[in-house]
Amino acid sequence: MRSFSSRHLLDHAFSGLSYLSIGFMVAALLVILGPIAIRGIGAYCFRGTIEFRLFVLERFHRGSAERIGEELQVARRAREPLYEAMRAFEADLENDPALRRKLGGDYRQFQTAVRELLGPLPWDPAPLLMRQQYGQTRWDRALIKQRKALYREEWDYSDPSRMGVQVWRPRRVHYQGTRLEPAFDQLEHRLAEMLRPRWTFYGRFLTDPSFDAHFFGGIWAEVLGTLCLTLGAMLFGVPVGLLSAIYLAEYATEGRLMHLLRIFINTLSGVPSIVFGLFGMAFFIHTLGVTDSKSVLAGSLTLALLILPTLIRASEEAIRAVPAAYREAAFSLGASRWHTVTTVILPAALPGILTGTVISLGRAAGETAPIIFTAAVSLGEPLAWRRLLTMPTPALPWNLYNLSTEHAAVDEIRHVQYGMALTLVALVLALNLAAILLRARVSRKLRG
Amino acid sequence: MKSSNPHVVARQFSIYYHRQPAVKNVSFAIERGAVTAIIGPSGCGKSTLLRAVNRMNDLIPGCRAEGELIFDEENIYDPAIDVVALRRRIGMVFQKPNPFPKSVFDNVAYGPRLHSRLSRQELEERVEQSLRRAALWDEVKDRLRQNALALSGGQQQRLCIARALAVNPEILLMDEPTSALDPRATGRIEDLIAELRGAYTILIVTHNMQQASRVSDYTAFLYEGELIEWGPTRDLFTRPKEKRTEDYLTGRFG
Repeated sequence: MRSFSSRHLLDHAFSGLSYLSIGFMVAALLVILGPIAIRGIGAYCFRGTIEFRLFVLERFHRGSAERIGEELQVARRAREPLYEAMRAFEADLENDPALRRKLGGDYRQFQTAVRELLGPLPWDPAPLLMRQQYGQTRWDRALIKQRKALYREEWDYSDPSRMGVQVWRPRRVHYQGTRLEPAFDQLEHRLAEMLRPRWTFYGRFLTDPSFDAHFFGGIWAEVLGTLCLTLGAMLFGVPVGLLSAIYLAEYATEGRLMHLLRIFINTLSGVPSIVFGLFGMAFFIHTLGVTDSKSVLAGSLTLALLILPTLIRASEEAIRAVPAAYREAAFSLGASRWHTVTTVILPAALPGILTGTVISLGRAAGETAPIIFTAAVSLGEPLAWRRLLTMPTPALPWNLYNLSTEHAAVDEIRHVQYGMALTLVALVLALNLAAILLRARVSRKLRG
Repeated sequence: MKSSNPHVVARQFSIYYHRQPAVKNVSFAIERGAVTAIIGPSGCGKSTLLRAVNRMNDLIPGCRAEGELIFDEENIYDPAIDVVALRRRIGMVFQKPNPFPKSVFDNVAYGPRLHSRLSRQELEERVEQSLRRAALWDEVKDRLRQNALALSGGQQQRLCIARALAVNPEILLMDEPTSALDPRATGRIEDLIAELRGAYTILIVTHNMQQASRVSDYTAFLYEGELIEWGPTRDLFTRPKEKRTEDYLTGRFG
């Protein structure tokens, strides 16, 4: 009786533990993927301002010129009182040296904030950079810029025992009695009329090229680069991997040499990916000279090498799992070994091979280190069909890192970073989902 | 054993797994067009001997043969022989039904497609003819495109027989073809063997002595790799010459 109940208890403890670990995994996944998904969706779906619609019209020629023109007229009229106040205050500054000394520096900060928020001031000369030609395209960014215009960053040193504390003080107190004062009310209460935010679904984020270092536009160059690198890796990796697997499973006789070969393959799968990148650069670019510099070709070859061990092992397992009875049946009918492999064994092993292939594709799509050395550039044109293999390319994983660490204005393009992360995760998940569906389909066909 | 018109002749034929002999020094002659059963206790080398005839033992590492096994005036184990051509002439049916995971049609058509370039129509005729000979046509004629694994076990085994017949072999080797089947399916396979007698030389390994006595013309009794007795089935079952044969038949060992 005792042993029975303790066995029962153990049983419950084990199933409890496994539920717990599964729950933990799901929670971890949600914690990681949740923010990426929510913020990444922000790249596709957000409150776009009139400046966004103007940009899309001018650069991509999408949208009705007439309607956007009308809307722009309305927005400009709403901005006029603000600009009026600024013009008047600038005239006062010009004429009053005391005022200039007191507020000239601060006003320049205010001016910059307004430029960032609404685009160039009507009396500005035409700016060079695209990011200075338009106001804020996204309402969430506009609100941050609005705060920058309305408040002034100051440091509070009143407590000598502590470091200075950053505080935001309203800017308007300094301008009481000046002709700029009405501008603050305008900015605070009529910003929506000046920018006319509207919920926008920007699905073309995926297929639009980027402009001015990702301040505008989408991520097509990165998406296309990732797709090309991944497909290239498959193109080079799968035939080699499959043939090796066939050799290992069907032709090779076990011996010391085979043992050594297996150790090599297993070791290869444990090599850090940055080493693959270094090797790819040294071998494919410098030694073989497949291209003069970084290129999709060199990157694909390196990624192919990286996924080769996984491909070989998955395919070999799948081939070995084919019942020996099929092999015997084919041989007994007078099929040669090669014929048996191509007509009976490979079709039966197909689900396993496909799964291995697609999963390693997911790995290739997300790898960063190998392509830093061999293919990826921070900014670049989307690949052109004629120079598909010889061009270097931006790619999602590398540019995700690049944009969030080395970009000049990391804060301004958060939405692009999250959008890229979401797209990459979605791409890999889609690949894995495709693997599952494909496998189910093929094995259903095999089972009859 | 003398035979008037032998199809396969063994002379001092032995098979080894590495050093271990599995079949020791057997000599026999298999009569053309007859059904010959090989019986004996488990592990006595029946299957090994059967699989030697179409050299399926080649697939087993460390397996080698000595002596002569003559088929059509050629030694089956002659290194110069074309194994693929040999296996085309000597078909085989296995213990467990092993249709390919393909359609019924593609299963039967597998051999013909391999060896001859037939037109679509000729191929269809060959498939129908083979399925008819395997007494399966009426059951599957409407589901030729269906996956063969959807058939019942007995149907699958008859499909495997049809698949073997489709390449027009001269000899049919059957390695315990009914051991995985229920009695009804077993009965149909036995009926089929009776129908095929004469058209093909059939060599069947069986555990079931009633089956051997029902279907075969000749029976060989193998014990620990040695051929103890070989003779017409009726004689062997009713008046065994050897003591060990009698003991086995009466169930004293095995």
